[in-house]
Amino acid sequence: MSIMEHNGGSVIAMAGKDCVAIASDLRLGAGAMTVAMNFEKIFPVSDRIYLGLTGLATDITTLRDRFRYLVNMFTIKESRTIEPSTFAHLVSSTLYSRRFGPYFTEPVIAGLERTPSGGLKPYIAGADLIGCLNFAEDFIVAGTASDKLFGVAEGLWEPNLGPEDLFETISQTLLNSVDRDAYSGWGAIVYVITPEKVITRTLKGRMD
Amino acid sequence: MNSLVRQFLITDADRETERSSELTNEDRPSDALWGSQAGFGHLVEGHAFNIPAVPDPSAFLRLHTDDHADPNCKIKIQHGTTTLAFRFQGGVIVAVDSRATAGSYIASGTVKKVIEINPYLLGTMAGGAADCQYWETYLGIQCRLHELRNRERISVAAASKYLSNLVYSYKGMGLSMGTMICGWDKTGPTIFYVDSDGSRLKGDLFSVGSGSTFAYGVLDQGYRWDMTDEEAQELGRRSIYAAGHRDAFSGNTCNLYHVKEDGWKFIGNYDITKLHYDGPGAVPGAPGGGYGYDVRTDSRFSTLSEPVAA
Repeated sequence: MSIMEHNGGSVIAMAGKDCVAIASDLRLGAGAMTVAMNFEKIFPVSDRIYLGLTGLATDITTLRDRFRYLVNMFTIKESRTIEPSTFAHLVSSTLYSRRFGPYFTEPVIAGLERTPSGGLKPYIAGADLIGCLNFAEDFIVAGTASDKLFGVAEGLWEPNLGPEDLFETISQTLLNSVDRDAYSGWGAIVYVITPEKVITRTLKGRMD
Repeated sequence: MNSLVRQFLITDADRETERSSELTNEDRPSDALWGSQAGFGHLVEGHAFNIPAVPDPSAFLRLHTDDHADPNCKIKIQHGTTTLAFRFQGGVIVAVDSRATAGSYIASGTVKKVIEINPYLLGTMAGGAADCQYWETYLGIQCRLHELRNRERISVAAASKYLSNLVYSYKGMGLSMGTMICGWDKTGPTIFYVDSDGSRLKGDLFSVGSGSTFAYGVLDQGYRWDMTDEEAQELGRRSIYAAGHRDAFSGNTCNLYHVKEDGWKFIGNYDITKLHYDGPGAVPGAPGGGYGYDVRTDSRFSTLSEPVAA
């Protein structure tokens, strides 16, 4: 039994036109047994950055607290909010600092990045458990259903989706992928980040 | 290519002619492999399964197939399952899920895990899907032969013992089955648990598979001998739901059967997520509404509905 599969769970992030979306399932398991169906894996970092964590549940909780502390320290010291790309490197170096005894999590970052001209552009990134960053233009997947998520996202995603179309695409991708994964599912939650607001929706999923 | 086609076309008579002209191929399959033996020709006397040509065939097989000791093995056999059967006043209830998994991948959600051996006998499937399907079909043939030879139906005890002795003869060769042989014979409703280790147990209530503990929880709590048919069917359905809900390797749908004096009857196929949110529908015995905890307790927990007077 792999430690990365012990608690189960999956996260996906997608880029759209002037918006990004990030979604996860809600399962917390102990091996084959489903213990909870309300375990959230996505956390707000700022009002336009969200962080998704998959893998070992204890490390998900620990890292969520650790990143909250680190981002708070950044905000105080720099007197400004952190940018998604800066936060991605913060995640990377935090994970690499445990290179020889890693946290068993794979993070996914979704946010809107401030451009030099003052606009906002979609930013998504992922990393492995020791902090190797992966920047993508389309989507990032992680968790026990990652291979299935890759397949479905590869088929459904298209460039320049608006917030509502992006919500539909990420929701269908997640729901249909976790239905083929024994360790993910039992409900889902989706965040769509736009320059104006963040849309949060919980989805009804298969409960088996 | 032509010689390959010819190999499968010729009859024993042709072979006799060929043998005289010294064209015989030792590896050629015999006619008993197909034709009148319904696909079980290689079990006819003088024929046997092909065994790997190595010193220790069962060790070779264990090395290359999925095993409890080595889950990373290349060849995966269906393992996760929930099946249950229980005896009561009105006969036997048999309920199973329909999920097939290969590792964490859900390979199918529409597997038939109840094997209809004959109109009076049902077998359930847990462990190796192919092993259960093949040997329980074979058991069906033997049960029919028993009927023709003895002019009466085989008892559940005899049928299950036939299967038990058969799998025992293959002990150590990697067969994987945990099955319940259920039926109605002269002695009434009967269940036998048979597995590939060679166990054969008679009992009132069994559950087999990775989700069996969850099913037992509901089953033990609700079981009574004097249940009505509707109550019993509901208990079977509710137990499989519980397993499908909590066990990652069980789920998708529930298949429900009821065995009575005049043989078994298929009651229905129920989507487990639909059972969670909406319940089984307008089915006799069902309480109405979904089985899900959140569904049942939604806005019905102990919050104070009215402000307490100071």
